[in-house]
Amino acid sequence: MLEIKNLHARIAEDGTEILRGINLTVNPGEIHAIMGPNGSGKSTLSYILAGKEDYEVTEGEILFNGENLLDMEADARAAAGVFLAFQYPIEIPGVATMEFLKTALNAQRKARGEAELSIPDFLKLVKSKAADLNVTMDMLKRPLNVGFSGGEKKRSEILQMALLQPKLCVLDETDSGLDIDALRIVSEGVNKLRSPERSMIVITHYQRLLDHIVPDVVHVLSKGRIVKTGGKELALELEKNGYADYVGEAA
Amino acid sequence: MTTPITLTQAETGLLDRFDAAQAGLAGSAPVAALRAEAAAQLRAKGLPHRRVEEYKYSDLRAFLKSAAPLAAAVTEAEAKAALASAGLLGDLDRFRIVIANGTFLPGLSDVAALAAEGVSVTDFSTALAGEGGAALLAQPKSAGSDGVLALNTAFVQGGVVLSVKAGAEIAKPVELIQIAVSGGGQVTRCRVELAEGAQLRLIETFAGNAGAGEINAVFDYVVADKAKLASTRLLTSEAAGAVLATTLSRLGAEAELKTLGFIAGPEFARNQQFVAFAGEHSEAKIYGVSMARGKALADQTLIVDHAVPHCNSREFFKTVLDGEARGVYQGRINVAQHAQKTDGEMMTQALLLSEGAEMANKPELEIFADDVICAHGATCGQIDEDLLFYLRARGIPEAEARTLLVLAFLSEAIEEFGEDDVTDVLEQRVRDWLAVA
Amino acid sequence: MPAVQETIDRVKAIDVDQYKYGFVTDIESETGARGLSEETVRFLSAKKNEPEWMTEWRLDALRRFQTMTEPTWARVDYPPVDLQDLYYWSAPKSVAGPTSLDEVDPELLRTYEKLGIPLREQEILAGVEPKNRVAVDAVFDSVSVVTTFKDELKKAGVIFCSISEALREYPDLVRKYLGSVVPVTDNYYATLNSAVFSDGSFVYIPEGVRCPMELSTYFRINEKNTGQFERTLIIAEKGAYVSYLEGCTAPQRDENQLHAAVVELIALDDAEIKYSTVQNWFPGDKDGKGGIYNFVTKRGDCRGKNSKISWTQVETGSAITWKYPSCILRGDNSRGEFYSIAVSNGHQQVDSGTKMIHLGKNTSSRIISKGISAGKSQNTYRGLVSAHRKASNARNFTQCDSLLIGQDCGAHTVPYIESKNATAQFEHEATTSKISDDQMFYCMARGLSQEEAVALIVNGFVKDVIQQLPMEFAVEAQKLISISLEGSVG
Repeated sequence: MLEIKNLHARIAEDGTEILRGINLTVNPGEIHAIMGPNGSGKSTLSYILAGKEDYEVTEGEILFNGENLLDMEADARAAAGVFLAFQYPIEIPGVATMEFLKTALNAQRKARGEAELSIPDFLKLVKSKAADLNVTMDMLKRPLNVGFSGGEKKRSEILQMALLQPKLCVLDETDSGLDIDALRIVSEGVNKLRSPERSMIVITHYQRLLDHIVPDVVHVLSKGRIVKTGGKELALELEKNGYADYVGEAA
Repeated sequence: MTTPITLTQAETGLLDRFDAAQAGLAGSAPVAALRAEAAAQLRAKGLPHRRVEEYKYSDLRAFLKSAAPLAAAVTEAEAKAALASAGLLGDLDRFRIVIANGTFLPGLSDVAALAAEGVSVTDFSTALAGEGGAALLAQPKSAGSDGVLALNTAFVQGGVVLSVKAGAEIAKPVELIQIAVSGGGQVTRCRVELAEGAQLRLIETFAGNAGAGEINAVFDYVVADKAKLASTRLLTSEAAGAVLATTLSRLGAEAELKTLGFIAGPEFARNQQFVAFAGEHSEAKIYGVSMARGKALADQTLIVDHAVPHCNSREFFKTVLDGEARGVYQGRINVAQHAQKTDGEMMTQALLLSEGAEMANKPELEIFADDVICAHGATCGQIDEDLLFYLRARGIPEAEARTLLVLAFLSEAIEEFGEDDVTDVLEQRVRDWLAVA
Repeated sequence: MPAVQETIDRVKAIDVDQYKYGFVTDIESETGARGLSEETVRFLSAKKNEPEWMTEWRLDALRRFQTMTEPTWARVDYPPVDLQDLYYWSAPKSVAGPTSLDEVDPELLRTYEKLGIPLREQEILAGVEPKNRVAVDAVFDSVSVVTTFKDELKKAGVIFCSISEALREYPDLVRKYLGSVVPVTDNYYATLNSAVFSDGSFVYIPEGVRCPMELSTYFRINEKNTGQFERTLIIAEKGAYVSYLEGCTAPQRDENQLHAAVVELIALDDAEIKYSTVQNWFPGDKDGKGGIYNFVTKRGDCRGKNSKISWTQVETGSAITWKYPSCILRGDNSRGEFYSIAVSNGHQQVDSGTKMIHLGKNTSSRIISKGISAGKSQNTYRGLVSAHRKASNARNFTQCDSLLIGQDCGAHTVPYIESKNATAQFEHEATTSKISDDQMFYCMARGLSQEEAVALIVNGFVKDVIQQLPMEFAVEAQKLISISLEGSVG
């Protein structure tokens, strides 16, 4: 599904090196967790996967189902099935959430050569997905993310994921700013999307999210490199001992 | 249009004053030529009036009924006596520079103490006579052919050149006091230069009584890279004539300018500022607090010129009007085409305490760059009756409650300006002003 | 939002030149009255069989005009218009006087069909639900070609006809109100209009009548070198209500064409007038050649108590726009509204805004202005809010936002806010920004192309104003905005 080979990247504006040779292979159906201390490059990796232009890839490649992901614009990546759940979802005044969802869904369908959904079909689809995530009609009528609470923003992200049915989900610190109840709702939403054809990369600072979304593989990212890979027990170990052991190794 | 205008009595008087004083005014030959040019502008266009867009709400031509002569020179002894009763800043620990009747008096100023700190203070009129004299009268493009600046150029009597050497951080504030010992026009220009990394806090005060004479003071701030200047200006003299203050500021890279213009007292006060960013990553914070009553006019006008990228400016103005007073705020943020990443935020708020008061707000944005965040806001209204009721319901008498609310309103700007040692002085001035009502 | 997708499809279908109304109707026209003079004015007045007082009124305006100079305060820059080179009269030969639909030249009907304006009543009736019917006054160059649904409106007591017809049929009404809101000498272009106005619409809604359908005028400039000077007068008597729409287009020509209109609205006690404009005059080509000079004076007088006048405008066309639809809030408790979207692209110059003059007690006004500049255009909001001495408890809220697309355009905001009454409460907010990279990336990360993302965000930006438009216009306006911005990114 996803193959990252020797990925080096820096911030385009000032040349600061962030990623220093990432190698990662994610097979269909797998859930990979990427953990690491602040500043290790976790969010940068997620932005590069989604195609944010603020970063410059200086070496390496990313293959997504055999295609060179780095050659594609952000929208083309989305249409191809890459979905990033943002750590800080962006507010767009004046654009109702519902309107945004429909526009995004139909844009992707069109890019894939599928017919647009009729309004009744779309509404039915949104309503069924929204109910699972405790997203109310009132929320859907409000402008996208404007005035949403932290939990509402994250639920709106997962709703988008459920609607768009991506092949690869990248969840960037989805647990940040969530209380326990919200975390449970969001995690259930994510788990419903688990399937043998769909892969996920779950980026998180804390282990607690991984109690709810159980990963197949856990990686520790430090100073732009994956310094340790293991099973889900690795997350528990990190929780207990902290990152200190691994941060040293990378230096 | 070339039709000659009909000069008013004041304009004729000013031109006569120029003819009489011309020979005695300080400056080299090029300076004399600039003065003559400025007088010619007055002859051709007259004093600024309501048909000149920048003076739409502040018609100086209509206000000035006659021209007083320029104030005569005074001795140090006379000035000293006058200063004794001019305690504007109380016992605030500060250095002091004294200008009396338009002339710098080194004998009454802390010249030596300032020199020890890295600040040189010299006579502006001496500098005008020197080789670079004419350059000292240069004015920024955004000021155009401003009539008040032209009047200053024509008549400037004296002032100081104050230079802070590179890296010097002056701990105590410097008070630049201009005192009218006797009546007559007081026309001054002060140049304040901060070399790289220098830091200075300036308090500009005006005292005495110029009678019917006008006060026309220009302050020319040159703030080099990484330097920081904070200035507080108190236009508080109970002057019958016009009080006109102009600031010309140029900021280098990573420089900081912070100013607060405080108006309370004069019949006709205009505090106008032209701020130009010449280096990147600099910041200007411009504050204003105006109070006027009777038939007085308080005008705060400014143009902030974002000519280079990555600079921030913040403008925050408060006006309180009583009686039949008029308040004016005109503020413009210009962003040039290449000045990307500019962040400009302007707010002007006015409180009208009486039926007869009038406020004109004109906050403008002129933007030629796309990657900017600029905003402005303006509000105008009276004291919030709900708040007043709440205070009264808690037992505070109405007059006191009003004072409290007005003070709170004005203090927002004073507190954000945040020069702690003048905060008390300014807030006391507000209380005094309110107590008269 | 279906309109977004449709917009995008339409944008894509248009390659180089976006202006789809640029065709010329090949019809034999009678043009006359070249150059501005007393003869021209007399010729016009005679052509229209106007009463003697009207001819004198025009001549008086002409004499006043000859003493005036063109204003220069607006932020617009254009070569002087040679008024002596213009034709002040152009009419399709086939239009002799007031016509019924059956007599209208089929070529003209086809022109309006092509513009999307149905003039045949039976077709309108066949296609649309009765409550959505719109009566149209079609103005072609200097004359009104036809007015639809006249008879039905008459039954309700509503007068809707061309102003030429009104001068013949209802001279007393016209005489009473013409020039009472925009005086003859109000400004340079208004005075010019007063001397040479050719045609326009007249609306009179009698006391207590709610106009049974939307009224609309569609202005079309066709002939070369012809100025269009239309004059519109709308009167809503006590308790009356009317919603009026105005649309405009012109052929694509290399020369600039002058359009100097005057619109006067009068609302008496408890009356309400809603006036909407979708202005899409030819904006000039991509090099800034040609286009309409749109110098318009629009003013509403809330003369009566509790009256209300609301202006909504979507301005996408014209090389130069100089336009400040205003409200004089004279009656106590009266209300004025101004909702505006001004989109400029290419070399367009827009200087537009409003005036809200609060004279009466408890008057309120609301201004929502959204400016979008792209290309090499300059877009200025200029507005005045003032409360006079007696305007106790006047209220104004102003929101004035500018969006910049591209680095060669400018957005300017020049508000004048004057309060002479302590109980007046004014609030003004303005922002200028560009579409943020973060918003673009977020949309693209969800699969929208760059153009789709811009369209979506812009539609969100202008939404507050679009919502004020009647339904049929709102969709059209949204499409227009996207088309106007075509090619502005990338």
